[in-house]
Amino acid sequence: MLVLLAVMALAYHGGRKRAITSAGGAGQISTLHSLPGYYGFYAALWAGIPALLLLGLWLGIQDAVVTGLVKSALPAQTLSGLSDGALGLLLNDVKNLASGSIVGGTVTPEIQAAADHFAQLQRLANWAMWLLVLAAASGGMVLAWGQTKPRMRARNRVESIVMGTMFLCSLIAVLTTLGIILSVLFESLQFFQKIHPADFFLGTLWSPQTAMRTDQVAAAGAFGAVPLFTGTLLISFIAMAVAVPIGLMAAIYLSEYAPRQVRSVAKPLLEILAGIPTVVYGFFAALTLAPVIRAIGESLGLEVASESALAAGLVMGVMIIPFVSSLSDDVINAVPQAMRDGSYALGATQSETIRRVVIPAALPGIVGGILLAVSRAIGETMIVVMAAGLSANLTANPLASVTTVTVQIVTLLTGDQEFDSAKTLAAFALGLTLFLVTLVLNVIALHIVRKYREQYE
Amino acid sequence: MQDQTQPTTPRRTIDIVNASLKKRYARERRFRFMGAAAVTLGLLFVATLFADIALKGYTAFEQTYIQVPVDFDPAIIDPEGTRDPRTLADADYLAVLKASLRKLFPDLTERSQLREVYALVSAGAPQQLQSMVLSHPNVIGTATDVWLIAGGDVDMLVKGNLDRRLPEADRGITDSSIALIDRLAEQGRVEKRFNTGFFTNGTSREPELAGIAGALAGTFYTLVLTLILSFPLGVGAAVYLQEFAPKNRWTDLIEVNINNLAAVPSIVFGLLGLAVFINFFGVPRSTPLVGALVLGLMTLPVIIIASRAALQSVPPSIREAALGVGASPLQTQFHHVLPLAMPGIMTGAIIGMARALGESAPLLMIGMIAFIVDVPKGFTDAATVLPVQIYLWADSPERGFVERTSAAILVLLGFLVLMNLAAVLLRRRFERRW
Amino acid sequence: MSTLASEIVRDTSAITAADLARGGRVSGTIGDITTPDPRMVCRGVNVWYGAKQAIKEVGLDIGKNQVVAMIGPSGCGKSTFLRCLNRMNDTIDGCRVQGSIQLDGQEIYDKRVDPVPLRAQVGMVFQKPNPFPKSIYENVAYGPRIHGLTNSKAELDALVETSLRKAGLWNEVKDRLDQPGTGLSGGQQQRLCIARTIAVSPEVILMDEPCSALDPIATAIIEELIDELREQYAIAIVTHSMQQAARVSQRTAYFHLGDLVEVGETNQIFTNPRHQLTEDYITGRFG
Repeated sequence: MLVLLAVMALAYHGGRKRAITSAGGAGQISTLHSLPGYYGFYAALWAGIPALLLLGLWLGIQDAVVTGLVKSALPAQTLSGLSDGALGLLLNDVKNLASGSIVGGTVTPEIQAAADHFAQLQRLANWAMWLLVLAAASGGMVLAWGQTKPRMRARNRVESIVMGTMFLCSLIAVLTTLGIILSVLFESLQFFQKIHPADFFLGTLWSPQTAMRTDQVAAAGAFGAVPLFTGTLLISFIAMAVAVPIGLMAAIYLSEYAPRQVRSVAKPLLEILAGIPTVVYGFFAALTLAPVIRAIGESLGLEVASESALAAGLVMGVMIIPFVSSLSDDVINAVPQAMRDGSYALGATQSETIRRVVIPAALPGIVGGILLAVSRAIGETMIVVMAAGLSANLTANPLASVTTVTVQIVTLLTGDQEFDSAKTLAAFALGLTLFLVTLVLNVIALHIVRKYREQYE
Repeated sequence: MQDQTQPTTPRRTIDIVNASLKKRYARERRFRFMGAAAVTLGLLFVATLFADIALKGYTAFEQTYIQVPVDFDPAIIDPEGTRDPRTLADADYLAVLKASLRKLFPDLTERSQLREVYALVSAGAPQQLQSMVLSHPNVIGTATDVWLIAGGDVDMLVKGNLDRRLPEADRGITDSSIALIDRLAEQGRVEKRFNTGFFTNGTSREPELAGIAGALAGTFYTLVLTLILSFPLGVGAAVYLQEFAPKNRWTDLIEVNINNLAAVPSIVFGLLGLAVFINFFGVPRSTPLVGALVLGLMTLPVIIIASRAALQSVPPSIREAALGVGASPLQTQFHHVLPLAMPGIMTGAIIGMARALGESAPLLMIGMIAFIVDVPKGFTDAATVLPVQIYLWADSPERGFVERTSAAILVLLGFLVLMNLAAVLLRRRFERRW
Repeated sequence: MSTLASEIVRDTSAITAADLARGGRVSGTIGDITTPDPRMVCRGVNVWYGAKQAIKEVGLDIGKNQVVAMIGPSGCGKSTFLRCLNRMNDTIDGCRVQGSIQLDGQEIYDKRVDPVPLRAQVGMVFQKPNPFPKSIYENVAYGPRIHGLTNSKAELDALVETSLRKAGLWNEVKDRLDQPGTGLSGGQQQRLCIARTIAVSPEVILMDEPCSALDPIATAIIEELIDELREQYAIAIVTHSMQQAARVSQRTAYFHLGDLVEVGETNQIFTNPRHQLTEDYITGRFG
């Protein structure tokens, strides 16, 4: 990497020098089309970009190629009778051995030989890679130097390259979305080939663990996601029941009533809540709030699950308060003072003005903000993973234990994985559902908020 | 007719208004009170959260040690007397320790009693003895007083995290163990010291040995890489979209897309990382590299949005001035607009990094929850990060992990506070009103 | 002049004396600031925004069944003075009002006086039409509803209709009362705001440049309306347009840099101004 940078620096320096000489010395710079530095940049880019692309490509395929070579070099009797998984483990052992770390199983001479082979290939590949990259860099450099003439529009060329790069940067965001959709969709389609979509979206029994044991009778029909959806909705509902009134009233108080000093202190303090990592909320919910709720419930003679939906929902609500309040605060402040004046001039009290004029005027924006908050509640993971349960109960009782879509995604994908099993694929189907639901919510919400802003601008 | 209505109508209005005024003001007060209550409640939540975690966590910064007169018996450690480091390293220090502990409590002989005695010190104590012998081989053959890390339950009891008054069954530590500890304490053999191990150790199954060094290193590598990935990309994209992109359907789509991406649940990014980076591109699992790729993509929209806002706040007159003296559009950007927008962009980047620092859900998907004792040394070593470490510890049943988890949270929150403070200071320092 | 008024004048002179002692100055308003049968009586009004004094020692009566126009160059304090009359300045941070303003003999800046019923008696129409984002009906019904002026839906309907008729808007909107008020044209919106104001039957209506955002036709309609409203209400109007002041008002007050320079019959002010500043302004030398 450093070598590459050095080559680029060299290219820059050389390009600049050549530009000056080709112009006829330092006194004649003005005959150049661009400043000498641009010729230097041009050469540096020619040296760097092809080499970097080559490097990336090589790194991308080197592992696969080397592994393939090692595999084909392994003695046939070692390979025979090995499943794909076992082969993977074997190759892993080889790699670990080659890099000098400790291996779990016993080291047979074949594996040792393969490891040596692997290490040797790897060294070879590294050398070849660096040689090639350097060659590409120097080639690019020389090419660019050759082009350096006073009439060359070096600045324009450099700028169009930079512009192109920036355009690619902005495409990354689109590619990310595309990547999300494709990856989730692809796996989900595989899942829906095994499990019928109707069973997934309408089934009421969720029990992916039993599906692992193929010998069991109930293996097939255990991917009914309805309990997960209801669980997610229940917890999100509790969260919104906490966050919306408190967040909205706090926003109203801070923007309409509070003296400036109170506002300048309380607002950032409340926004701290938004900056706390969700894992901290999860810890609080699981270790502090859940036992408290349980104790209260028991003293009232209620049966409370130790991982009740209530604890997770309440804490999630607290997390969302600043989200609701800062969005509402924005839209309430965007309501023109003329509206309030109109109301005051008719003799309305402050609360009447707020309730009957300001809030209705700000309503679209507030609704948009709440939709965003709902989307966040649905997609929230750590709090529910830590504080909500794993059992997929179809219930509306906030004191019972429910599970959510995100919890199940995490449980299905952490721990042992077989990539093609219905269990793993189910996580992607859940992910797809989650992504689509939040996408719709976000798009609607962002649209409403944008329209609202335009209305008062 | 006018004469009839004229005097009566206005009187009526004011009378009616005055009559209902009391009720209206009561409503006003209720409303206002509700607002104040909401704010108070919110602040109360903040206070409770911090107080709870601080109270649970502060004890983890201290560690209980027990002084044991250890008899470094050469017959066990180095029977041949060669002082060969390999022999010394492989010696049975557990036996040394057990023998020394038995001497400390000569009256206890029963197996169950002895097991309690052995549990007084941490499972890491033999290692402590080993490193001591390796660095000072001359202790062999002597009996030296050594401060050994106390066992997890002992630590909890000494710090008062286990309640002595509870009945034995609910307490988590037996009466006889408490008696042993009290005996040691009377002899001045129990002491609390600052817990350096918490900051220098990797994680462990034993709470008293677990530290956050591994998670901190993993966090460091991941965040550095995240910043390297997302900052140039984000700024480049922002400059292009804000300053050069033509206004058409495509750029509209990109814009909607970026705004939406900022609101996609983080766990979905984890799925992306698992399916695309790990399974498709073969990036090694559990590494800071793959973590940074995922977090980088998550941070990207935050940086883009903040950078665009910062660019937008640079007045057009600056651009016109630069263009007017013959600078190319790109020179205008890089020489004039970007430097002026930089504080805003940096603020956005810091906030984005703070979010990435606290993120854990997508990292669970890409294997950063492996139990890794070693401190990672590079971008491709298996690692975990602080929030995930917190998650893992929070899931551990041992009582001692509660305070460790809380302490780790305190460290994490400390970093977050520092970052946000930096963002605020940056904004204050460079805030410019046009 | 009633005895009450003379007492007020004495009271004002006391304030003035106190001001003199502090180095303040007496306002030298030319013309008769009083009027027979006044609804509102203002004496020695000073207004500060923070440290900046916006109004200096202004005294003026607002009479029944007449329109008082306040004219003057931008920033002369005429709008500020108008906003004092129903305590709309209360909503502005750092605004301080001193002096005496009375509505039917009641001091409105008295601590015991509540701005809420005060504003029900002194309504206000703003420069930019500001209908609420509600239906036309709800816009007019808003005031009566919050004050509880009507006891039944039928009564409210009737009140809305009367108000809209008085504002000359009924025929244009009677078929679309449930449509949003923001969908009306500018002139209609302003008349809607006037209807909204008179729905609570105030005694005084304050108008802050009500036509400045409107086209000439809409302006003419509003001016006609103001003339009709004079029969029932006392009206104070701030305007930028001298022609408008001449057309709609009976009395005119000329403000200059926070001072009330000259008050008089509108005719007299426009034909025979006594103060040099007034003359300069109405002849268009500045402003």
